[in-house]
Amino acid sequence: MSKEKIQICPEFSDIMPPEYRDLVEQSTYGNEDRGWKDIGNSKELIEAHSLCAGCPESMAFRYILASLPNPEDTVMVGSTGCTSLVFPMVAVHNIHSLFGNQNAVASGLKRALTVRFPDRIKDVVVLAGDGATVDIGLDMTLQAWFRQEKFTTICFDNELYANTGGQESGLMRKGFVAKMAPTGKKFDKVRLPEIARESGCCYVVNLTVSKPSLVEKVIKNAVLLAREVGPTYIQLYTPCILEIGKNSMEGLQEMRDSEKPGERFNYKEYITDEAKQYLADLDARKKAAAIPAAQLTE
Amino acid sequence: MANELSETQKSQIGKQNKKGQTYTDPNHLFFKAPRTAAFYTGSEVIKEAIRRANVDVMVAYPITPQSEAAALIGELYAEGYIGDYLRGESEFAVMGQCAGAAFGGARVFTTTAGPGTMRAMENFPMWVGSRLPIQMIVTCRGINSPLSIQPDTLEMYFLLGTGMLMWHAETAQDFFDWMLMGFIVSEQPDVHLPLALCCDGFFVTHTKDTVMLTPPDMCLPSYDPYRSPVVCMDMESPPVRMMRDPFIMKSNYISYMTHASWQEETRAACERSRKHTIPLIGGLIETENVDAEILIVASGTAVSQGREAIRLMEDEGLRVGLVKIKSLRPFPFEELREATKNAKHIFVPEFNVIGWLATELKAALPDNHRIIAGPHVAGGMTMPAEVIVEEIQKTLGKRVATLAARGS
Ligand SMILES: Cc1ncc(C[n+]2csc(CCOP(=O)(O)OP(=O)(O)O)c2C)c(N)n1
Ligand code: SF4
Ligand SMILES: [Mg+2]
Repeated sequence: MSKEKIQICPEFSDIMPPEYRDLVEQSTYGNEDRGWKDIGNSKELIEAHSLCAGCPESMAFRYILASLPNPEDTVMVGSTGCTSLVFPMVAVHNIHSLFGNQNAVASGLKRALTVRFPDRIKDVVVLAGDGATVDIGLDMTLQAWFRQEKFTTICFDNELYANTGGQESGLMRKGFVAKMAPTGKKFDKVRLPEIARESGCCYVVNLTVSKPSLVEKVIKNAVLLAREVGPTYIQLYTPCILEIGKNSMEGLQEMRDSEKPGERFNYKEYITDEAKQYLADLDARKKAAAIPAAQLTE
Repeated sequence: MANELSETQKSQIGKQNKKGQTYTDPNHLFFKAPRTAAFYTGSEVIKEAIRRANVDVMVAYPITPQSEAAALIGELYAEGYIGDYLRGESEFAVMGQCAGAAFGGARVFTTTAGPGTMRAMENFPMWVGSRLPIQMIVTCRGINSPLSIQPDTLEMYFLLGTGMLMWHAETAQDFFDWMLMGFIVSEQPDVHLPLALCCDGFFVTHTKDTVMLTPPDMCLPSYDPYRSPVVCMDMESPPVRMMRDPFIMKSNYISYMTHASWQEETRAACERSRKHTIPLIGGLIETENVDAEILIVASGTAVSQGREAIRLMEDEGLRVGLVKIKSLRPFPFEELREATKNAKHIFVPEFNVIGWLATELKAALPDNHRIIAGPHVAGGMTMPAEVIVEEIQKTLGKRVATLAARGS
């Protein structure tokens, strides 16, 4: 989509909702250098959210949407869960259909967009909860990676089924007492990052959303690599403050605590040599392109 | 108006696709283009229809008796007739992949059968609610345990409530024509619903029949996703905020009303398909001698068996009429009422244990004591014409005996 497509016909401009006018006038579609720093200076692609106050998922959404390299040609695929309550308010096309089928839907979508727009970039990004990604949808998550489907999978790992009231999930810690795990979870947190690496993802990162600049870098890498090299997987800790008994101000600290060395969300990255090379080439090209501009300003 | 093309589609007519096929006006393709006879299995007929259908994405998964058709379409893909083709990991995933491709504006085709249909079931109401005009061939087979691969139409019972368009082909010729016509009907802006095009596995898929084919160098115009009643998910139109709060968040009147009215609307869209379907497949039902007092009402290959039974009974001087139901959704209420108004006995032969068609008819027709739910066979049992004859004779004989007893 070019930015012209969202322009408002002047006759209707006064009756358009202000949020849409803002989108036309102040959004960052088409700005190659967009990133989390635009938050506060431009119209965000998320209008509002209906998550619990202080839910780290809301931060994650904002950082991700600010970091997508190509939102004007990105389609997102979600799944049922707390995230699905946010998507209707997101200004990129997004699909919610069922619970757990997100990587199957994204596979079909990416292929359709490739058939229909062979000469254009159309990014597909999946964003779903841990229950959707690891439990009910694990088959489709892995199979999309086996098939080397070219899209990014983002998992909002809150280590439980939040939307249905805090039940045990595969990404929950061993021993955690939750609904449906009345005597504590009996098996270890599933090691999806390692499984993703072995399943054919060229770039896998496990992190929290405590540092927006880091989230931005990771999301950009993941989307750019999925475009050309292969599937990518990002697992973000977005603690469900409601179910772990924290209040609204405590989400950030919870993430900081859990990313310390030795903790579950200590930054972890797997990248293939091919992916590394691709990112290095991109970087080099970007720097080369930037030189004349820099000289001009001198 | 019925079966209109969009301006984009009209502008394609007469041009050629990358395989050198000429995009042809559907009405010309269906009714005027020359036809050549071919002696093919049902699976080969499915392939030939898809060759002419300009399909963007097909997703396949092996299950008897549709595996051959799904694999043959893979050959078409290898020859360049289809945009993309993949084997999914399960029918649940396949139908999700189909959904994703259709959300992205592709013309999508898939095939399944029996346990595959059941495995995928959660997807079908979702396709309907999302207004995805996917075409799915269902080559019915048993879904019971112990495992069966034999022909049995029980799975169709479960599809009846999904909101999909549902047609039941009797012959390979029906199949060929209806597949091509089905895309046109499904994709109309005032319909825009998935189509389950069902047939009785093996009887249609694995037997050879003479089929009149349209020229292989003519194909349907491409699907135009920009006249869908809902937004195509390709970021080629403004990404407006869809709603203030997701309806699932609210337990209030607006939320209930939205869900209720959308369900009503998808059902209404199914009804609106009539005006497109009737001129193409020649009515939702087909009748023969419905002035007779005894009627056989059936769908699928039970119709063929009924026709044969009628011939046998004719030899014995018993006149029996026939109603072939082609479309189950929309259900031909009015047509059936009219066609059965003279009937005293309505026999409903079926290839499933519950007799769902008879149940549907009992709910639709006045004086439903006239309806005899049978004969029905299941589990792959064949239904020789003689079984239908016997059922009719037995029932008539019994009734006469009962009446005589009452009179005495
Ligand atoms: C087929 C199916 N099974 C179960 C559900 C109920 N359900 C809705 S959301 C959800 C949990 C979502 O958990 P997760 O993916 O971790 O997302 P979160 O809400 O934690 O962000 C479940 C079990 C459903 N909608 N569909
Ligand atoms: S239930 Fe948990 S994950 Fe869901 S919005 Fe509330 S805090 Fe966030
Ligand atoms: Mg969760």
